Amino acid sequence: MTSAPIEIRSAPHVQSAKTVETIMRNVVYSLLPICAFYVFQYGISALASIAVVTGACLLTERFFVRTGTQAGRLSDYSAVITGLLLALTLPPGFPLWMGAVAGIVAIALGKALFGGIGFNVFNPALIGRAFVQAAFPTAIATYTPSFLPGRFTEFIPSTLAWPLMIPADATAWLKAKNLDALAGATPLAKWKFDGVLVNADELLTSLSGNMAVGPSPLLILLCGAYLASRRYMDWRIPLAVLGSAALTAWLLFAFDPARYPNPFFMLFSGGLILGAVYMATDMATSPVTPKGMWVYGALIGLLTVVIRYYSGLPEGVMYAILIANAASPLIEKITQPVPFGRGVLDRVKKRATYPLNPGYISREEASAVTPKKRFLPNKPKK
Amino acid sequence: MKLVSYFRGEAFQRGVHPPSCKLTAERRIRRLPFPDRVTVPLSQHIGKVPRAIVRVGQEVVRGQPIARSDEWLSVPHHAPLSGVVEFIGLRPGMRGPWVESIVIRAHAGATQEDLWGRPRDLSQATGQDILQAIWDTGMVGLGGAAFPTHAKLSVPKQAKVHTLVVNGCECEPYLTCDHRVMIEHAADLITGIRYAMRATGAVRSIIGVEDNKPDAVLVLRQAIADAHAAGVTEEIHVEAVPTKYPQGSEKMLIMALFGAEMPAGGLPIALGMVVSNVGTLAALGKLLPLGQGLTERVVTVTGPGVAKPGDYRVILGTPLKFVLDYAGAPAVDAMDARQVILGGPMMGQAIASLDVPITKGVSGVLVFRREDMLARESRQTYPCIKCGECVESCPMGLNPSTLGMLAAKREYDLMGEQYYLGDCFECGCCTYVCPSNIPLVQQFRVAKQILREKAA
Repeated sequence: MTSAPIEIRSAPHVQSAKTVETIMRNVVYSLLPICAFYVFQYGISALASIAVVTGACLLTERFFVRTGTQAGRLSDYSAVITGLLLALTLPPGFPLWMGAVAGIVAIALGKALFGGIGFNVFNPALIGRAFVQAAFPTAIATYTPSFLPGRFTEFIPSTLAWPLMIPADATAWLKAKNLDALAGATPLAKWKFDGVLVNADELLTSLSGNMAVGPSPLLILLCGAYLASRRYMDWRIPLAVLGSAALTAWLLFAFDPARYPNPFFMLFSGGLILGAVYMATDMATSPVTPKGMWVYGALIGLLTVVIRYYSGLPEGVMYAILIANAASPLIEKITQPVPFGRGVLDRVKKRATYPLNPGYISREEASAVTPKKRFLPNKPKK
Repeated sequence: MKLVSYFRGEAFQRGVHPPSCKLTAERRIRRLPFPDRVTVPLSQHIGKVPRAIVRVGQEVVRGQPIARSDEWLSVPHHAPLSGVVEFIGLRPGMRGPWVESIVIRAHAGATQEDLWGRPRDLSQATGQDILQAIWDTGMVGLGGAAFPTHAKLSVPKQAKVHTLVVNGCECEPYLTCDHRVMIEHAADLITGIRYAMRATGAVRSIIGVEDNKPDAVLVLRQAIADAHAAGVTEEIHVEAVPTKYPQGSEKMLIMALFGAEMPAGGLPIALGMVVSNVGTLAALGKLLPLGQGLTERVVTVTGPGVAKPGDYRVILGTPLKFVLDYAGAPAVDAMDARQVILGGPMMGQAIASLDVPITKGVSGVLVFRREDMLARESRQTYPCIKCGECVESCPMGLNPSTLGMLAAKREYDLMGEQYYLGDCFECGCCTYVCPSNIPLVQQFRVAKQILREKAA
């Protein structure tokens, strides 16, 4: 036999260029500006926190991939996303060793336990955060204001706590910088416990004053818009989350403006924007069906507002997303798409190029073929 | 998504846009030389397999019937070459197993004209007469499905057809044979459409052409205007539909032209329509008046591994090796592995042997070199990350993500009963977009086969 060997494969023989790696890599790219802004806000403490948490995630991932416990591999960038997102949800002065614990737990309990990429039921970053919130309730509630002088030369004192040691109290350190203790509270905590409301436009950019806030919601929305426009992320979920949160908050605000803050404060405070754009859209933990995405997003928005208003916690995005993650398979099951030709069959698109039945076939004849409902008057063609 | 589709002006929901790669759209159809030996498989179409009516050693002339069956869903075959029947028996087939074939050796000096034919006057013929004439030509759908054309055009007694939809979409990347036929054989196509309209009783005919072939639309419009000027009374339109895969599916084309969803599991006839491919009708328009049989077809020979890509008029039964040698894709010693596909890249069949002949249903021969396949091979397969791309691309509105997971767990019954596996027509969109590189269509094919075997 002299002819060259032939290989056999199953159709289709061409594939689109989008792979798991390109999706994950683009999400990482879109997170980089946000991380840079975060470092700009909080200086080297934030940088160290991002590096340590991401490093912990990558090392844990490598361990489980090497031991064969989980699918996927290190180069798929998914652990980087988990690490970056986890670091962005932690307070900037969070002790580094606690950050490392959060990273390890995120990958080990949030991802490897279920079998790796694609199999996780809950968002791994939020599993990590939920763990440290339960384990270190004081440290995770200790925020420091942004744009402190000298933030690029000195660490926030709590950052460098020794492993298994209680971090140093930042109050005295803040006093030295002529800031009161209240400056260290997040806008949500200020509103919940002190009744002080921060303007929504200040929250939107995160640029004004020494507020204890995360990266600018505006920047996150822009990065999210990039991802959605390149179709690396589904646009429905953020829209559903924000829409439902805004609607719920607006209804309550309209009901009692004195008791509830305005919906804009709800949208731009805390981690709602980051959660809506980057956490809720985690592919593995959200429904695949378009209708399901709307339901899932709406559930997150509603739960966030309810938890913020009616629970002991100032922030509710994390638990809202985790609860919706758990509900996601159920949502998917009840929102299966209707296959082509199995829906409402009598519905004919109005802008069809041709009428289904030409008008010069008489109605009597046409009804012999198809039900009368399908009859459309003959539109003259331009 | 509906809203997005609306603003984009897309004709049907979902679907994909693979790179079109129509390398041969500008080249004229050329005739491939006759090989010295052809292999005509008896089973070239859907339906009953006809039996040989020639014997070994018998001399045949080009165009003479060599196989036929009295079954309704079956068509005769005609000798593609003047020569001697050399062998009747098993030869390699495109699906793998060897199939019963007739091998004809050409007479060295034969002119290879179509010598056999029964010209008939069809100007007064009834629909039944035309269907019989179509049966005599041995015509099957040349778009790829190879369904006997007379069966497709015959209308059941209780039904009535008002529209003949002519499918000129050619949505598969690389393929251009229908495109070239529309441009070069527009007059034959119109003749064929008129016969088909008379056979079905349709009062109008609409040619749907994807808008990446504007030249074909213009040529056809001109040809129709010429025909009307010459006294043709039938109503024939040409419509450009937005390019999108898989528009060539009759359900999608009807959606694009009429905005109507064909009921699941139904035929276009439920909406009073019959759909046929342009290549088929153009061949009918040429063969019917002459009363000749189908002995050749236009095949797109293309792909990165072909030096002289083009649309070739190939006689049926020509071995693939001969076609590839002529088109500049010869198999050489010590050559790297390559992939040869019959049909388009989305739904075509990769074949295992170059001894396979061109049959009536082969619309293209696609050759990928080793380096073209490397990109695909080096791709890592991941578990499903539930990105939802497949759900957004399935033209049938299924959930390939869940179906794929069920297939991995061998829950075939559940796939068929609750997730409408039977609606899948294996267009390949889900596998095309899958970032995790999961062979979804392959899993579905296996699942369907298992369900079929269970039902039997």
